Amino acid sequence: MVEHRPWLTIFAHAVLVLGAFVLVFPLWVAFVASTQSAVSFNQIPMSLLPGGHFIENYSAVLTQGLASAGAVPVVKMLMNSLIMAIMIAVGKIAISLLSAYAIVYFRFPFRKTIFWLIFTTLMLPVEVRILPTYGVVASLGMLNSYAGLSIPLIASATATFLFRQYFLTVPEELLEAARLDGAGPWRFFRDVLLPLSRTNIAALFVILFIYGWNQYLWPLLVTTDPNYYTIVMGIQRMVTVADATPQWQLVMATVILALLPPVVVVIGMQRLFIRGLVEIEK
Amino acid sequence: MEKRVFFERRLTPYLLVAAQLAITLIFFFWPAAQAFYQSTISQDAFGLSTTFVGLANFERLFSDSLYLHSIEITLVFSALVVASSLSIALLLAAMADRVIRGSAVYKTLLIWPYALAPAISGVLWLLLFNPTIGVVSFALRKVGYSWNNFLSGTDAMILIVAAAAWKQVSYNFLFFLAGLQSIPRSLIEAAAIDGASPFKRFWTIVFPLLSPTTFFLVVVNLVYAFFDTFGLVHTTTAGGPAHATEILVYKVYRDGFVGLDVGGSAAQSVVLMAIVVLLTAIQFRYVERKVVY
Repeated sequence: MVEHRPWLTIFAHAVLVLGAFVLVFPLWVAFVASTQSAVSFNQIPMSLLPGGHFIENYSAVLTQGLASAGAVPVVKMLMNSLIMAIMIAVGKIAISLLSAYAIVYFRFPFRKTIFWLIFTTLMLPVEVRILPTYGVVASLGMLNSYAGLSIPLIASATATFLFRQYFLTVPEELLEAARLDGAGPWRFFRDVLLPLSRTNIAALFVILFIYGWNQYLWPLLVTTDPNYYTIVMGIQRMVTVADATPQWQLVMATVILALLPPVVVVIGMQRLFIRGLVEIEK
Repeated sequence: MEKRVFFERRLTPYLLVAAQLAITLIFFFWPAAQAFYQSTISQDAFGLSTTFVGLANFERLFSDSLYLHSIEITLVFSALVVASSLSIALLLAAMADRVIRGSAVYKTLLIWPYALAPAISGVLWLLLFNPTIGVVSFALRKVGYSWNNFLSGTDAMILIVAAAAWKQVSYNFLFFLAGLQSIPRSLIEAAAIDGASPFKRFWTIVFPLLSPTTFFLVVVNLVYAFFDTFGLVHTTTAGGPAHATEILVYKVYRDGFVGLDVGGSAAQSVVLMAIVVLLTAIQFRYVERKVVY
């Protein structure tokens, strides 16, 4: 601190407390709603203290799900989200590591072209080309499958670009030494480059896991079979019930369950996550 | 920058890039090409016959008052989201940069919403603002405003702006905080010795030095408001009431999958792609150059 200004420090704390309150309040209300009984919502406004139906509501959604959402148990949707998020995160990291390795450590015809082909995909989020992408996936017979949920989202330039930037900073002497010792490309990759990239891989995994878990539009399009619903898109079917009030206590229990895994990841791996975020974007 | 030492293999590099290249071609370039092709054709209602119509789909699009309306509300929505989430995040980051006690706790409480999907953030706010049971709508009624996001277009717009901006505050906060912490303390101390008040120091030294971060965040937030908010709109207002919250990315989905207007939806895709390319180009041009006054 530059100088002593107690009032300014108090003001700073006040602003931060207010900010934290505004950011946490919606979560608190959602949690409270998830512990109420169905009839308690007749009382207006809803209570801001937790009710006594925590176990009842959570076990209801986990094992039975909601009729309006195809009655898929939330456990099933959580599993689908987990599979999708892990497939996307692992897939992206694997193919990006390999292609960045090729682009940095090899000389071959069309190297630049391939780099730019990959790089331009940075600019085409799935939201802008949904109908044709859906058409391609449908014609490949990949609707209602884990492959269809994850593979089209696996190609991305961001991870490749990050690894390329990182590999470029790896000292050249390492490769010279490895080659003197007679190591081939595979050996060098596995024994030198991979261990060096461990922190970057972990940081990227956190970011990509959240990215995969939070996908919405894509699962909405490629799944018509409730057995492949993911949790984030499944919630929509619970909220928009035709001609009926949503069962808020069950919807909110599902919301809490849907947001818990990524929030736990962000808070638990805060340092890695911040590092990953700031490095990817810069 | 290139490596001076490298491997010379004929086949290996192609094997290494094969997976990524295949996925990129199949799921990026092929659909993008399809979008361009479909934007120039017209299909009958059953998809049995197609005719080449040139730029007619685009002409139809830009003379469609609903589409023009959608552009307008997308701009309003994005401007509100970017302005509010950036200014709140900057205020919080400036304060967090100042306090020492409890900073780790504040940080945790302020960054967790990053983990939320926009759709989830929408549902949380839908509960708060629900006209019958919502806590916030109740408070608004108490002060004499009868809130109903299902009937009033303005209320619905406020709802999605609040939910979208709220979720994005934590992302912006992290970048502003990182930016603030990289400003050399000596500059601020020198200004303090010269007698500049904290407020004056912020506007004349800190804020200009933060401009690369701010500019970067404006572009990222625009992309977020334009494209990532689909789930939020879909769970909360579904574009309604009466198209009041039908932003572009929601309209392209609706016309394509609900309205089954292949040509029209493809033309909208092409327009959206042009917007993304433009935003990315701006980002590269200026961010690389580092905006500093």
